[in-house]
Amino acid sequence: MNFELTEEQKMTQNMAREFANDVIRPRAMEIDKEGKFPEDIFKEMGKLGFLGIPFPEEYGGSGGDTISYALAVEEVGRACGSTGLSYAAAVSLGASPIYMFGTEEQKEKYLVPLAKGEALGAFGLTEPNAGSDAGGTETTAVLDGDEYVINGEKVFITNASYAKTLIVTAVTGKDDRGKNIISAIIVPTDAEGLTITEIHDKMGVRGSNTTQIVLDNVRVPKENLLGDPKAGFKQFLKTLDGGRISIGALSVGIAQDALDKALAYANERKQFGKTIRSFQAIQFMLADMAMEVELARNMVLKAAWLKDQGKPFTKEAAMAKLFASETAVRNAERAVQIHGGYGYMREYGVERLMRDAKLLVIGEGTSEIQRIVISRNLD
Amino acid sequence: MNIYVLLKRTFDTEDKIVVNDGVIEDDGVEYIINPYDEYAIEEAIQQRDKHGGEVTVVTVGDEDSEKQLRTALAMGADKAVLIEVEDDDIEDQDQYSTVKILEAFFEDKEVDLILAGNVAIDNASGQVGPRLAEKLGIPYVTTIVGLEIEDGVAHIEKDVEGDIEKIEVSLPLLVTCQQGLNEPRYPSLPGIMKAKKKPLEELELDDLDLDEEDVEGKTKRVDVFLPPEKQAGRILEGELQDQVKELVSLLRNEAKVL
Repeated sequence: MNFELTEEQKMTQNMAREFANDVIRPRAMEIDKEGKFPEDIFKEMGKLGFLGIPFPEEYGGSGGDTISYALAVEEVGRACGSTGLSYAAAVSLGASPIYMFGTEEQKEKYLVPLAKGEALGAFGLTEPNAGSDAGGTETTAVLDGDEYVINGEKVFITNASYAKTLIVTAVTGKDDRGKNIISAIIVPTDAEGLTITEIHDKMGVRGSNTTQIVLDNVRVPKENLLGDPKAGFKQFLKTLDGGRISIGALSVGIAQDALDKALAYANERKQFGKTIRSFQAIQFMLADMAMEVELARNMVLKAAWLKDQGKPFTKEAAMAKLFASETAVRNAERAVQIHGGYGYMREYGVERLMRDAKLLVIGEGTSEIQRIVISRNLD
Repeated sequence: MNIYVLLKRTFDTEDKIVVNDGVIEDDGVEYIINPYDEYAIEEAIQQRDKHGGEVTVVTVGDEDSEKQLRTALAMGADKAVLIEVEDDDIEDQDQYSTVKILEAFFEDKEVDLILAGNVAIDNASGQVGPRLAEKLGIPYVTTIVGLEIEDGVAHIEKDVEGDIEKIEVSLPLLVTCQQGLNEPRYPSLPGIMKAKKKPLEELELDDLDLDEEDVEGKTKRVDVFLPPEKQAGRILEGELQDQVKELVSLLRNEAKVL
């Protein structure tokens, strides 16, 4: 058992922290207020190799591991939840499936620009009537000669307005038992019949790009099918497992930022002639915040480590995502409480954490779904 | 070009300095590359990218300095050298000691350009660069904010208390780098992953044919103490005339500076 990070992991953490503090943090309030996706920040992150951390160099990546990636997501999320979410979705959902299931040609063509940060990836699974219940997918892809013809609708798809390619899930047929076969297909965003509309006015993570996608007789070559045509369902369960680690890491970042801000304020704010830090009511809150963020981080890193070791990590990723996101919600709420009336004001930056954190117990599988996943994996 | 960078590992600027019994405590302190040395590394990489050659980063320090050297490699330096000196090895280790060690190291090296930071933010002597140049018999220019090299001649802009002095000098040359020279890059993530594979040579005094006595310092540290804590400021109120009177009286009677 060794809890020490490697030299590379530490350097990644330091560099990500420095970059996030210098470049992202000063913009976080504006990004939230204006609900504007920080495209320039992503360009810079791309140049520095952020978007390719867990992919090998031969595919334009940085050649790092899942732990390094999780540490980077935590630091980015600690500075800005919106940027953190777009980052995590671009790598874990947009690029990872192509790395895991793509053919050599698909990796060359689609993964390399994503890993280099020249384009963002997006993953279209959720539909108006199907999310975690992916079996209820209504989008269809019908083979017509050498092309798939895709029809359907997707919602809450992160990054799609800024993506060159999407991965969409669609029903491609029925198996022997009459159940839908779901496949994943790579769709260029400039394909005819494809409409991407940004959904504005969200509660939190307001600077991340959330979209609705309509596919109306969109035709793509049949080579765009990603991975095993029969195992699309399994593939995206695997994709979501990895995504949960990154949402866990993002949650740890927000939970840590809530603690940092609460601690700084408690040390500064004086009431009844003393800093509020000297009151046990505040001390207990701070202690719980620190304890939970540490536990959440450990669980996220354990899940990441299991993934790096090639061991099963479904249950651990769900635990990490569940515990970390609920910690983020609790810590953000406590940070606002410690700030009192000031915390309710935008200027202090903690009410934003509360709004951002709420997404994390919903997106990429609600807390309830995580509990189902965990329970299913108990012997 | 053979480009060398002198690097020092220093306290993080955000760390609080705690002095205990005349010794600065280093428990739980974060260390960084001396910020001025970051300008030197950045400039070295840019000059190499323009003119070709190799960047070697050199430090005199304990084994923990490897981390800062690896960071310089991750930024883009080609090689690193750690001249390992443990804290208690050398009596009164000072700038003389460091220069003596570096002089021995550079003895058999072909050098075109040596870059160092203007000062290290810990002891802030700013001496190691110039004294090394003197020992090596090469020219030096301190506090540079601009460097163009053409046909073996360096066109330098030097910061002189906020003004700029333009200097032309031939290589080989040592310069110390001032804020404003460039914007140090972040180590890229592929750079970080590759840093471990780049050569890092570890040397000891023995390898440089030096004894501990040869590098004993020439200065003695008599005491280490923190400056007195700053008192809160006061804002005078009332009519301007009265405020002036009060100020003069305070300066005379309280601060006793008049």
